[in-house]
Amino acid sequence: MSTSSVSKGCFVFKPSAKKKKTPSLKDYFIHGCEGAEDSETRFQLCQNLWDKIKADTEALQDELNRKILDSLLDFTRKCSTTRQHSDWAAQMRASEIPTAALVLGVNVPDHDMTFQSLSDLLQQSVSPHVASVQAKECGALKHLMKRVLERLMDTEVTLDDEEEEVTEQTSTQLHNSVHCSLETLCDWYIAKTKKSFSGTPGKKRSSPGRDDPQQPPVVIIFKDLEAFNPRVLQDFILICSRYIQRLPLMFIFGIATSPSTIQHMLPHSVSSLLCIELFQSLSCTQHLATVIDKLILTPDFPFKLSDKVMQVLISIFLYHDFSVRNFIKGIQLALVEHFHSQPLSVLCCKKKEALLNVMQLSHTDLERIRQLPSFKRYVEKQELQEQTNLTTDDTHLKEVCRKLIKDLHKYHKNYYPILRCLHTMTSALPRYPLGKQIRELHLICLEKTVWENEDYQSAMKLLKMLAKDELITLLQRCAEILQPVKSKKMKKARVHLEELLAKFRQLDTVAAETQSCVEDSLISPVKNLGKKTDLFQLQKTLLEMNETRRSKKLNPFELLRNEVVEFIDSLVKSHLSPPETQTLNEVCYYSSSTAVRRHLNATPRTSIQAALSSPYYYLQNNSLKSEEGSVSNAAPDICIAYKLHLECGRLINLYDWLEAYATVVSAAEGNHPDSDNFGKVDEVKHARFIRAVSELEFLGFIKSTKKKTDHVARLTWGGC
Amino acid sequence: MVVVVLGAPGTILRSVMRSKMTALLQQPGYEEERLQRVAEKLPCRDVQAGLLLSLMGQPQQYSFPSIFIYGHRASGKSHVLQVLLKELELPHATVSCVECVSVVLLFEQVLLSFFGCDAASLLPRSPSLSDFVRVYRQQCSQSPAKQTRYIVMEKAELLRDTDANLLPALLRLQELVEDNVTVILLSEIVWDKFRPNTGCFEPLLLHFPDYSKGELQQILSQDRHPSYSAEFYSSYINILLGVFYSVCRDLRELRHLAALNFSKFCEPLAEGKVKDTDTHKLWRNIEPHLKKAMQTVYLREVSSLQWEQMQQMEEKETGTVRGLSAHTHVELPYYSKFLLIAAYLASYNPARTDKRFFVKHHGKIKKTNFLKKNEKTSNHLLGPKPFPLDRLLAIFYSVVDSRVAPTASIFSQISSLVTLQLLTKVSQGDLLDAPKFKCAVSLDFICAISRTVNFEILKYLYDFL
Repeated sequence: MSTSSVSKGCFVFKPSAKKKKTPSLKDYFIHGCEGAEDSETRFQLCQNLWDKIKADTEALQDELNRKILDSLLDFTRKCSTTRQHSDWAAQMRASEIPTAALVLGVNVPDHDMTFQSLSDLLQQSVSPHVASVQAKECGALKHLMKRVLERLMDTEVTLDDEEEEVTEQTSTQLHNSVHCSLETLCDWYIAKTKKSFSGTPGKKRSSPGRDDPQQPPVVIIFKDLEAFNPRVLQDFILICSRYIQRLPLMFIFGIATSPSTIQHMLPHSVSSLLCIELFQSLSCTQHLATVIDKLILTPDFPFKLSDKVMQVLISIFLYHDFSVRNFIKGIQLALVEHFHSQPLSVLCCKKKEALLNVMQLSHTDLERIRQLPSFKRYVEKQELQEQTNLTTDDTHLKEVCRKLIKDLHKYHKNYYPILRCLHTMTSALPRYPLGKQIRELHLICLEKTVWENEDYQSAMKLLKMLAKDELITLLQRCAEILQPVKSKKMKKARVHLEELLAKFRQLDTVAAETQSCVEDSLISPVKNLGKKTDLFQLQKTLLEMNETRRSKKLNPFELLRNEVVEFIDSLVKSHLSPPETQTLNEVCYYSSSTAVRRHLNATPRTSIQAALSSPYYYLQNNSLKSEEGSVSNAAPDICIAYKLHLECGRLINLYDWLEAYATVVSAAEGNHPDSDNFGKVDEVKHARFIRAVSELEFLGFIKSTKKKTDHVARLTWGGC
Repeated sequence: MVVVVLGAPGTILRSVMRSKMTALLQQPGYEEERLQRVAEKLPCRDVQAGLLLSLMGQPQQYSFPSIFIYGHRASGKSHVLQVLLKELELPHATVSCVECVSVVLLFEQVLLSFFGCDAASLLPRSPSLSDFVRVYRQQCSQSPAKQTRYIVMEKAELLRDTDANLLPALLRLQELVEDNVTVILLSEIVWDKFRPNTGCFEPLLLHFPDYSKGELQQILSQDRHPSYSAEFYSSYINILLGVFYSVCRDLRELRHLAALNFSKFCEPLAEGKVKDTDTHKLWRNIEPHLKKAMQTVYLREVSSLQWEQMQQMEEKETGTVRGLSAHTHVELPYYSKFLLIAAYLASYNPARTDKRFFVKHHGKIKKTNFLKKNEKTSNHLLGPKPFPLDRLLAIFYSVVDSRVAPTASIFSQISSLVTLQLLTKVSQGDLLDAPKFKCAVSLDFICAISRTVNFEILKYLYDFL
């Protein structure tokens, strides 16, 4: 760069307009991708799938929020209409600010989406004047005012006593900047409503549902009530209540914990200015259940998670954050990782596409298929001739692959309905042997063969004890689940179920006749009981009764019940085998749980300690290799300093530390231990040591202390 | 004053009363008629109004530089002043201090209402007090005061939080601007709490006492429902005050409650069951209802809107509406629960007892030594104590039943507990350097939380050993 200046100096060059082209998403994906030749197709597939997942979850979110949002909208409408009443009671009543307390649960980051759709809906159907504020941007009252005014009026709002230099630049816009007071807002509102009332009606936003177009309420949404400074909030409410006659204000409080927090934050003198109504949203566990139901327990998405990955994602949700958004992010991560690292994921798509893609597979891809453990298992089961064919003949392999892909899709098509059936049958059993939630059952099925599970067997035993009406309702629900499934086997299963149900109904009519004779056989020994008083005889009869009951012939209902349970069992055995047994499952299932865990549940401290105690782990330099627990003296300075500091107590003498460090470093330089300047501290070593120590301080391992001069305090424990 | 009135005895009485009232509000320089209107609008505050009027003197006379009026909420401070200043058409500016997020708003409002918007625009950006005084004097020389100008500052207690020189300057503004101006401060707290330690001009103090029961009755009875007789409404107010007077003397609240419950009171009348003179039956009907209102709508447990809906609903359905404080349950992630439990233990147990509670083989700790008499039972009375992060984590790792990796999300959970106000950060200092926290939840809350994770917290609390 050159300048036209003759003097020496520093010159600032603004970066030129044409920037380096930033690589697109696709380039990132393809870069370093496993099996690069068809990476573009995989990227496309991945992208499409993610778009679909995203759209689906958003639709789902809207669906879930609809109910609460609808009631909230009702509330706002009701408030804006009652305001206009001019009867006696309305005049006498203190004019309170209508306030909706919206309880959303502790996963605060998830709320953004809810509030976004809420404010969109409000703008569409209630009022164009909606402003939402967050606690972190409103530390003081004037900031809160500024944000509210800015968002409502869409103009610059000056705060007068700050940002002097900024105002100089924006002095040209000064004419449309306004003072930060509610008075201004009030004037603006009156002007606005007058204009829309008397002004061009054609221009006005047409909304038939709006009750009162002249006086739409001004809605202010406090996204995270807990985080607000109570003082600021109180003052703001006090100010607003002064204007409530002229300005139809309305608040929405987003509450993460419980509604009683309002009473903790606001004294009675302030809360008496509000007319608070409570709205409770769906709990996040229910939310997760619906997301899993729609996203994971469906054959629509070819991409699947293995049991371990599912386990990681669910435990992050339950143990750490309760955030559905993070759960979906986790799925996204797994999706990208899968398509990125598994070259055969090109087959992970809709059946038709997959069948086409099979024909496009290259030789290397086919070799990869031959290496798949599930395929190897498949080959072993075949006859010898077929085995050689599969390993040598590419076209034959493609044919077989098409068949296997079809099988895999069929498996999924049958798996989920049967899973749901099994869940309906077992979810109401006492003590939930197979889990309350369907995701627990799904995990069990993914992990290993479910019918070998002890809990499964106990569940089946419990099923054999169900009462008739319970069993019938369960079976009916199963039939309903199977109803929409388009698969031959499922249709057959449904027909069978219907038959069983019909038999149950027949039982009712037959039962009336048979009942009498059954009762006869039961009662007869009891009748005898009354006659004999001998103790021995009594015992004998009781034993006899016991015997007859045990070996008693099962009545038709019990027979039928056993038949039902066996039928369910057979369905489970034929359709709920774990995915690992399916050939080519690697194409669809992503199983690297460690990668997911590493990305989503990072352990920064462990990583730092690993880096410091064994630098080879990250640097991969052979000279750094050392045995367990020791550090090579060629390691970076900070590692040596760290290792030495582990040997110290609570307080570390800096000079001793420096001496020890110098000794180690001298040895690394190849100085002979007997030579004169071995372990001597020279300027360079001193500087290196100081740098290492300050780096350790920066990482939070030590801090300076005033307890003792020339000492630093250790902040971490263990490790030595 | 001689009053000659011909007519019904009631009118005589009323006019005598009126003349008695206006007798208090007599001040030369104001029209008689206006004073009468003022007196009508200020029931039960005639003494204060009269005193104020005499302090204000005639319109053109100089008044005392600053007057400080104090009294509880809704004791008529602002109302009296507004009525006086408006009815007598005196130049005035009313400023609510809570609204003045910066002093410029205060200055602007004053200048605006005395001299029009041109004057307000003369103020420079971020003006100081002397700027204000300068502009005021400049304007004042152009249009000197013919009458006393009044500046009314509501919620004056907030002035203490602004610049230290503002309050003393306002108190002697008359001298500073050399104009006939009086500053009236309204506050709910006494002047002693205002006095700056540098000393200042002492304003005249004026106390507005609370309304007595009789006065409340008189005032509330005034706004009767147009379709009912005054006696009927007055008996309603009597019943209302009987229930609420012991808990609430706030006129504004009482008026609100009266409006909310009046329809219920009239119900038996509308149904034709009771005559409007049968106060006992009416009382029997409304009394339980008002008692319920005291527990719910007065405390804002249910909103006024919900209350009105509840009145329309049948008796049995009303049980479904739960108050705000009934919802205390908070769903938390598993580890957050344990972090909160650990924080509670750290806040309420002395640090020296940690070894006894959380180390498996803690060796012998003498019981007499361990249980110090005065320390016991006092921890919960004293409230939570601050604890460092290390201690929280140490207790957390020992109470949680499985091995937990020290992941980033464990730490972020601590900070989200802080934003949810379940924990509070004590030291505002460096976060890297041993932050300290306090646990801000109640014993009931933590017991409910620990029940969900099958943790018997009482066994680990020093106070309950």
